Amino acid sequence: MNSLKGLLKPGDLLVLACACLLTAGFFVHAWNKPAGSAIVVRAQGKVMVRAALERDADYAVQGTLGVSRIEVRQGRARVAADPGPRQVCVKQGWVSRAGEAALCLANQVSLEIGGGERAFDTVTY
Amino acid sequence: MAAREIRLAVTPEDRRIAALAALAAGLSLAEAALPSPIPGVKPGLANIVILLVMLRYGFATAIWVMTIRLLAASLMLGSFLSPGFWLAAAGAAASMSMLYVVWHLPGRWFGPVSFSVAMAFAHVCGQLVLAKLWLFASADITLLMPIFALAALVFGTANGLIVARLIAGDGLPRAQSAHV
Repeated sequence: MNSLKGLLKPGDLLVLACACLLTAGFFVHAWNKPAGSAIVVRAQGKVMVRAALERDADYAVQGTLGVSRIEVRQGRARVAADPGPRQVCVKQGWVSRAGEAALCLANQVSLEIGGGERAFDTVTY
Repeated sequence: MAAREIRLAVTPEDRRIAALAALAAGLSLAEAALPSPIPGVKPGLANIVILLVMLRYGFATAIWVMTIRLLAASLMLGSFLSPGFWLAAAGAAASMSMLYVVWHLPGRWFGPVSFSVAMAFAHVCGQLVLAKLWLFASADITLLMPIFALAALVFGTANGLIVARLIAGDGLPRAQSAHV
């Protein structure tokens, strides 16, 4: 097998470098979602809590196994405690970006961050 | 009434285009049988033929081969005029436009790998633009873009290296310009 050297010209390396950068840029762009503005907590599919992410708060949500505790601190939210056996959603830690979610499957509780589009918090006439 | 025979004059150029298009369509068919994790992510092996045709016979022949390849493969796969066909057509149009542009790069510095990678990215771009405008207007394609770009990078490079390997030292004359 010939080495790659004969097959690649200097400009090809430049093009490849640009293509790598472009691809990496798309990955960064896709993962850097805008910060969310609200949390939505569901239990068995029903929305139990809908609140702004800006206000620190604690919520207790009754799931099928027991109570999941949700914490909101400084624009981030997490599942602080959950009765589920594997603790996946607790270990996931803080979520803050639009579309991110922590799912406590066993307890059928989910914590989701609401999208960049801001919900009305006041309406005045 | 005597049967009348209609004879179309077939030039060697026609035969050449037909043979090359058949080759490209065959590769399209073969790769349609490969399992793909995401619809639309495939190696694009027909681009190897297109690039070789471009290098050997020029842009006009390459356009013919690409068009016939697109129609023939879609007829054989039963996707003619389906959304998948239009996505493939958008990708093909974008990649041929890109090929026309990059063909003007100095040949001393840029080879098949550059052409192939540029074509692959243009192909993905054309497909995603049509998909966004027409099929999934509401979908967030920012999540698809990195995956498609990665596929374009990997397969574009691989196809380009194959073409570079095939033409290395074949001593065949190279088409000089993109002008039709």
